[in-house]
Amino acid sequence: METYIPPVIGFKGVTKSYGEGEAAAYALRGVDFEIARGEFVAIMGPSGSGKSTAMNIIGCLDTPSTGQYLFEGIDVGTLSRDQRALLRRNYIGFIFQGFNLLGKTSAVENVELPLLYRGFPADVRRAKALEALKSVGLEHVAHHTPGELSGGQQQRVAIARAIVTDPLVLLADEPTGNLDTAKSIEVMELLQSFNRDKGITVIMVTHEIDMAAFASRKIHFRDGMIDKVEQ
Amino acid sequence: MIWNAFILALREIRRSAMRSILTTLGIVIGVASVIAMVMLGDATTAYVTNSISKLGTNMLVIQPGQDRHGPRIADANTKPFTHTDIETIKREIPDIHAVAPISTQGMKAVYGNQNYSTTVAGSNNDYFVVKDWETSSGRVFSAAELQGGKAVCVIGSTVHRELFGDQDPLDSSIRLGNFSCHVIGVLETKGASMFGMDQDDLIVVPLGMFERRISGNRDISVIMVSATSSSMIENAKSSLTALLQERRRIQSGDENDFNVRDMREIVQTLSSTTKMLTILLGAVAAISLLVGGIGIMNIMLVSVTERTREIGIRLAIGALEREVLLQFLVEAIVLSSLGGVIGVILGVSVGIGVSLFFDLPLVFNTSIVIIAFLFSTLVGVVFGYFPARKAARLNPIDALRYE
Repeated sequence: METYIPPVIGFKGVTKSYGEGEAAAYALRGVDFEIARGEFVAIMGPSGSGKSTAMNIIGCLDTPSTGQYLFEGIDVGTLSRDQRALLRRNYIGFIFQGFNLLGKTSAVENVELPLLYRGFPADVRRAKALEALKSVGLEHVAHHTPGELSGGQQQRVAIARAIVTDPLVLLADEPTGNLDTAKSIEVMELLQSFNRDKGITVIMVTHEIDMAAFASRKIHFRDGMIDKVEQ
Repeated sequence: MIWNAFILALREIRRSAMRSILTTLGIVIGVASVIAMVMLGDATTAYVTNSISKLGTNMLVIQPGQDRHGPRIADANTKPFTHTDIETIKREIPDIHAVAPISTQGMKAVYGNQNYSTTVAGSNNDYFVVKDWETSSGRVFSAAELQGGKAVCVIGSTVHRELFGDQDPLDSSIRLGNFSCHVIGVLETKGASMFGMDQDDLIVVPLGMFERRISGNRDISVIMVSATSSSMIENAKSSLTALLQERRRIQSGDENDFNVRDMREIVQTLSSTTKMLTILLGAVAAISLLVGGIGIMNIMLVSVTERTREIGIRLAIGALEREVLLQFLVEAIVLSSLGGVIGVILGVSVGIGVSLFFDLPLVFNTSIVIIAFLFSTLVGVVFGYFPARKAARLNPIDALRYE
């Protein structure tokens, strides 16, 4: 008998509005979908379609106005700010379009940061961070600061930072938006390998069809609703 | 969690060396300038107070002649005081502890081939008590010298310089008119009086000797009296006036043929000078603190943009609001107190250095050190902490997008 594994991500009638009453603007108008463990999902859509709002809700950075967002079966909407921060700390890795590394801070220290908040001792932090850098092929620039690295290298440092904690879910918001095609493909191959080899669930927002092709499923947003889903 | 915050804070301080230095510098300047200004001000106040009190603030000067404003010119009608007046004052007036009868005459003093015109004053040892004047070398008169009217003298530092130059005058003899006089003491330098007269330009001899060899009479031209304390001056003054009126047979309603002057003007000058200095110092300290505080505030606020993005990153990867705040608080406290300590050291050093250079008394004002340190540190902490708190309350997404 197979044991039932609940989906990692579950959206149930999620809406998100900004403002009140007549003037309220809807970013999401009732969205339902589920993402199972180990999937590689691309969220696509034109700007203003609600894909970024959905991503922020998935990342526990934001909460739905109505409806339910379940993360591992937990209703995130009922959690406090600190509880959501703890969810992010323990289960979610983030990759941003703008890299968002700490400036003047070496690559290895950037990668150590999430481990520090998790309370790992210094020697373990350093070992894990170097290992993560190695997995993105950057162990040779571990002590360089972001200013000394190329855009592609910076994004790989950001990926190392996101996976160093072995997160359940890796969220990438336009990870290739600031990169050329060759670098973009490198980054996508990395994401794909982490998904395949470590079983990390990868959810990526992109508007580039070429990049979305790396995903196993594509969810298209339009006007705050799901337009279509491609396998 | 506190240890983590401490590590993060120290790392951030080291990493943003320039910002850290500027922040610390703001506090250093604020604290140091306040402490140095106040130390120098205190030193000046102490110096001024000291020089004014050297003029003898408990002193009463009794002179014959009517009380007029402006310079007193002795005329034929001024009746000098007598030795009996002195004895009666000593016996009957309470609240005084020294009575110095004084007679003076301008004379030429000669030593070797040097000669110098100065004032010779005949008096007793109470003269030195009333004027709060000590010898820098040698001694004052002995009882026998006063009694016997011996030809000894104590000279002022100007006379010393003019007649002897660098030589030691003790045990030498100087010629005064037609007799010679043995130098037994040199008075410490008092400097110019409030009215610009050189107080060190004199020779003091025993009154008996002065009367026999110089003036040839027993008239006393001035009496100087020292009250036991400045609060007793009024009492002493009125009882002296009453006594002298009786002894000089002045009818009530007639004008006195003598006057008793106190140093009230000097006392008033003293207290108003120190009051002005205190007000000035307070203003200087307040302005320095304000300027220092604004400097600290600026540097803290300028770095907010940069720090807001940093806070966004930390929050997004799972830092709790209070962890981020603790880090910033530790950072602000470390930088501010470091700046405060350096500022205290710098300020005190500058204060001591300048005081020594200008030969001012050293006054260490603990309370201003504490106030300056606490105020600057508080400003640093408040302006380091509150912008960070505002940023940490933002949605992480908004903090990341902050420009």
